[in-house]
Amino acid sequence: MDAIQIENLSKHYRSGFRMRRFEAVRDLSLTVKEGEIYGFIGPNGAGKTTTIKILMGLANPTAGSVKIFGKSVLEVAHKANVGFLPERPYFYEYLTAAEFLDFYGQLFNLSAPVRKKRIDELLERVSLSIHRDTPLRKFSKGMLQRVGVAQALINDPKLVVLDEPMSGLDPLGRMLIRDLILGLRKQGKTVFFSSHILSDVELICDRVGIILGGRRKEEGTLDQLLGHKERLIEVIARPVPGGMERLVEALRPLALELSTQGDRLLARLKDEAGKQQSLRIVLEQGGDIESVTQRRESLEDLFLDELNAVKQTGGPR
Amino acid sequence: MFAMRIKAIAVNTFREAIRDKILYSLLFFALMMIGSSLLVGSLTLGEYTKIIKDVGLAAISLFGTLISIFVGITLVNKEIDRRTVYTVLSKPIHRWEFILGKYGGLALTLAVEVAIMTIGFLGLVYYVSNEVAIGLLPAIGLIYLELLLLTAFAVLFSSFSTPMLSGLFTLSVFIIGHLTSDIRLHGGKSESYVVRTISNVMYYVLPNLENFNLKNQAVHNVAPAAGHLEFAVAYGILYATMVLMAAVVIFQGRDFK
Repeated sequence: MDAIQIENLSKHYRSGFRMRRFEAVRDLSLTVKEGEIYGFIGPNGAGKTTTIKILMGLANPTAGSVKIFGKSVLEVAHKANVGFLPERPYFYEYLTAAEFLDFYGQLFNLSAPVRKKRIDELLERVSLSIHRDTPLRKFSKGMLQRVGVAQALINDPKLVVLDEPMSGLDPLGRMLIRDLILGLRKQGKTVFFSSHILSDVELICDRVGIILGGRRKEEGTLDQLLGHKERLIEVIARPVPGGMERLVEALRPLALELSTQGDRLLARLKDEAGKQQSLRIVLEQGGDIESVTQRRESLEDLFLDELNAVKQTGGPR
Repeated sequence: MFAMRIKAIAVNTFREAIRDKILYSLLFFALMMIGSSLLVGSLTLGEYTKIIKDVGLAAISLFGTLISIFVGITLVNKEIDRRTVYTVLSKPIHRWEFILGKYGGLALTLAVEVAIMTIGFLGLVYYVSNEVAIGLLPAIGLIYLELLLLTAFAVLFSSFSTPMLSGLFTLSVFIIGHLTSDIRLHGGKSESYVVRTISNVMYYVLPNLENFNLKNQAVHNVAPAAGHLEFAVAYGILYATMVLMAAVVIFQGRDFK
């Protein structure tokens, strides 16, 4: 069974004094299979949050159907299997971490012993055990995001929906959230999350859907979306002292892009032959090879291609 | 099933209220005003205890109203403004359960506030007159009922309007609610059909809060008319239920942007 099934979803808002109609989502369809991590990506204002709100029953669809594990989201009962972390969440800052999680546990009718056990486990999992009795107002942004994830997992859900879980976090905070998401997949859970930080999506998602101007533009596995694109090779080299200029001159004709930082040189090469040749040059000049990485064209490039295509055809916003 | 969820929301609301410092300052001023009746009383000839009772009841009513408008509006609006409502309503909870839970928590908060003011007030009366003024309790009970009704209005207005407007609306209900009889009396004498109709509609649609006013009888030790207490209680509960139902209907269809 599909974890999420969205068919021809549209959402219109009326706003302002003259009640002008605004289409946040237009005829959007997508499916999320059970057990996968699905990245829902698009620029700000593309309709990601609106879609997620409809998914969570916070807004009503204008047209179309949205199902979670085969049940309409208009029924309240389906939420028992779902965990949710909203975008830039605010929480009850007067509660301590344990009180906070206990409150949400009660909304799922969990018994007191079950709640206690889950709270201990979850605080451990998001590395907040020592802050169990700290009020949330003393939490940093990264800690709040983590306790927010714990809140989304209090009911041991089959599906976890995260809206921009990594926005505004430092690299370490992002890594913690990423590891949490990967841990969920290991447990067999389905994760649906939105983001505009593409490198995060690229690292952990099984499939992605791109949304632009309220419409879904592409959907597929990363290989399907990126496989046909050419690959990039990055070489980081360290020339002999004083030899940087000579190395830059030698590599210039081969590389797509060259940049230096301190005593290191980064060269982007477009194919295998270029890689072999540049490695030889570095070694001949007595330099060191620090790393060689094969990179496919990033999701970011694909994303920008889509955005440009839409702009050129004069499509939605 | 739903009882646990409503209780969770109610307890959480109560917790938020008692951890909020503004509430304590309102309570502090209420107790100050009750205390100041000593001063006012000492400036008057005779009727010393009556003045104290009068001022005390007025203080409970006034500060109770301020507190109910303040908590009723901020505690509902904060949830929407700060988007904490997103995480709550994404759980398997009906929106009516959320509204009832919120209201329950507010009712509990007000009960505690009124109880504290009452203890201070009765203590003062005992101090000056050695009288355990149990006779004042029905009047205070009806004040509490009025506060419950005003809170229901505050929740209703908060379900669709901004805090500022909700506050103004609720305050208007309080003021008009105490004047409906006068409005109808004077409006009824008007020659204009429109004015007569409007004053009639206001009389029938808005609550008559004077039903909850036993202050004068209580101060003068006059028993309320037979059946009045029962009527006021039924009136308050029925009215608050209707207002809450309207709040639920509005909240049910609301999109959170």
